[in-house]
Amino acid sequence: MNAPSITSSAQTQAATKTFDLKAALGDAFRTALITFGLSIPILSFKTEQNGADLFLRSRWDLALIITALVFGLRLVLHAFTASRSYRQATPSPKQATEPVHAEPSAFQHVSKFAIPFFLGVALAFPVLIYFVQGGLNESRYWIDLGILILTYVMLGWGLNIVVGLAGLLDLGYVAFYAVGAYSYALLSTTFGLSFWICLPLAGILAAFWGMILGFPVLRLRGDYLAIVTLAFGEIIRLVLINWTDLTNGAAGISSIPRASFFGIPFTAGEGGFAQTFGLEFNGMHRIIFLYYLILVLALITNFVTMRLRKLPVGRAWEALREDEIACRSLGINTTNTKLTAFAIGAMFGGFAGSFFAVRQGFVSPESFNFLESAIILAIVVMGGMGSQIGVAIAAIVLVGGPEVLRNLTFLKAIFGEGFDPNEYRLLIFGMGMVAMMVWRPRGLISERDPSVVLKERKAISGSLVKEGHG
Amino acid sequence: MTAGASIQQTAIDAGRQPLLSVRGVKTYYGNIIALKGVDMDVHEGEIVTLIGANGAGKSTLMMTIFGNPRAREGTITYAGRDITKMPTHEIAQLSIAQSPEGRRIFPRMTVFENLQMGASINGMAHFDQDLERVCTLFPRLKERLQQRGGTLSGGEQQMLAIARALMSRPRLLLLDEPSLGLAPLIVKQIFSIIKELNEKDGMTVFLVEQNAYHALKLAHRGYVMVTGNITMSGTGKDLLNDPQVRAAYLEGGH
Repeated sequence: MNAPSITSSAQTQAATKTFDLKAALGDAFRTALITFGLSIPILSFKTEQNGADLFLRSRWDLALIITALVFGLRLVLHAFTASRSYRQATPSPKQATEPVHAEPSAFQHVSKFAIPFFLGVALAFPVLIYFVQGGLNESRYWIDLGILILTYVMLGWGLNIVVGLAGLLDLGYVAFYAVGAYSYALLSTTFGLSFWICLPLAGILAAFWGMILGFPVLRLRGDYLAIVTLAFGEIIRLVLINWTDLTNGAAGISSIPRASFFGIPFTAGEGGFAQTFGLEFNGMHRIIFLYYLILVLALITNFVTMRLRKLPVGRAWEALREDEIACRSLGINTTNTKLTAFAIGAMFGGFAGSFFAVRQGFVSPESFNFLESAIILAIVVMGGMGSQIGVAIAAIVLVGGPEVLRNLTFLKAIFGEGFDPNEYRLLIFGMGMVAMMVWRPRGLISERDPSVVLKERKAISGSLVKEGHG
Repeated sequence: MTAGASIQQTAIDAGRQPLLSVRGVKTYYGNIIALKGVDMDVHEGEIVTLIGANGAGKSTLMMTIFGNPRAREGTITYAGRDITKMPTHEIAQLSIAQSPEGRRIFPRMTVFENLQMGASINGMAHFDQDLERVCTLFPRLKERLQQRGGTLSGGEQQMLAIARALMSRPRLLLLDEPSLGLAPLIVKQIFSIIKELNEKDGMTVFLVEQNAYHALKLAHRGYVMVTGNITMSGTGKDLLNDPQVRAAYLEGGH
């Protein structure tokens, strides 16, 4: 515990204000080293009995994973303690009795550090799973789950523009997801267009439908807006079911062409992905490619949103969420602001939709029911409206959580063999959501991250402060 | 206040086109009439105040000038342009700034971001100078630039609302009850800043107030509004000494 960031006291205020990444990394590394050392006798070898023979089986992979885990947790602990002591040492911006220094908030310290961590895990996920599961085919389930989570992360980020930033409660977001999916399905099966051409087209079409929804609801807010958007989502679904000539109705569209690796198809034979790169053919190549594809799409969504937040249009969205009348009297065209929010949010929904179609190879109206909208909205609300990292965490918890609960076999030890954790997972999940709404009613990360941070603290001359009493 | 100078100023302005002119404006909320044909002028360089009881239609007039709600009858002209049918955001781009009733700052944005929003109309031109200027006017805001607007005290929020309106370098500043819910000391401070803006920068101010005594003392001219009609007008001093005004708005302490 010799890292300076952990020592917290009023005297060492100066030290606690900045999170010392170097010291924290060093400390985490030392801890990891100790863990690894300890794991050699404890974890790395396992005695196994085979008949009369007793032999050692090495488990270096497990030891390495535990070491990495300890390293990560130690870093998180440092960040947490640093942010807490920072909070204690600095007057809270919420109590407006003392001047607050123009320095990054504790939240920014944590997020500065959590984002590379999450990004690293997301990038390395297929590799990690490959080593943990010990093979490509064995890791199929986990990669599929990763794709599913990332799809919802992307949808959450897309809806976050509309709900989180612009404050327009949209219960029909799945409509744009459907527009994207059907755009790709129809364009590729009818005209034989490739995924890479259809992807931007699907985004444009979804954005167009976003504007179409936007016009009639321009004057609505809150509950009324929610009802109209809900209806819009249902209309799209019902049109998809009933317009059999175009959409093949409830039966859906099947055998949608798969995505290629920038022109190289994922096939076993001549000119396929495996042969071109000199690999042994495996169906998992395509799945891993899809994983990275959705990761890139999600990151693009995030990047664009973060950039837009710093631009006038993004600021106008946030101002619109805060106060529409003030917005107008400051000369912001609220009509355009709302329409851009709907259109850009819908565009990302469309991208995600066409990804969904290419992954499944099959689309039907059933995939785009109200429950989907509700889940995406729950991700945004639980993550904390407007917070990108919060939405990502909420997507992992809400989509990944039920899957993890599926594997709660240890509960059998408590409730007996007849207990099926699968049946209770939604109950546990529901209780978790209730608990969360009790303790963090405004979402996981409810604090808005200012889009402008003043770097240098502007000095306040004494004569000016004197005037400001009152 | 230099009463003599202001009367002289008013006399000069009388012959000129007023900066803001409201003629026969009627505003409805649904079927209910809120403004029953209001006539009013604000000349360049003046402080004009509108006083009246609760529900007289003061804020409605203020909002009608900004096109929200829109006047059903009558005309509103600003700097020679008819703005009666103009959308609110376009009116705001004509160098009229408004600090609406109830402050309406952006609570989750920092003070700095709130001020940026105010400057966004003219594309953040002269942002740094204007920031420096409002920080000199309101040193409290300078201390709290990085703080969220919603965490400010009521008086500070009012300062922020005025400062935000000033960021667009308006020719005409509309203020709706800047003294609402504030301690007497802060009211005094805010009124002295309004006076300073008018005298030093020549800014035209239209002030809607419940606090009749302070408002009339500050203003060059005043209007009295009763249930949707302007019933009286005159110089601030005259209205302040008028027995009717005294009885209705000033007796019982100020």
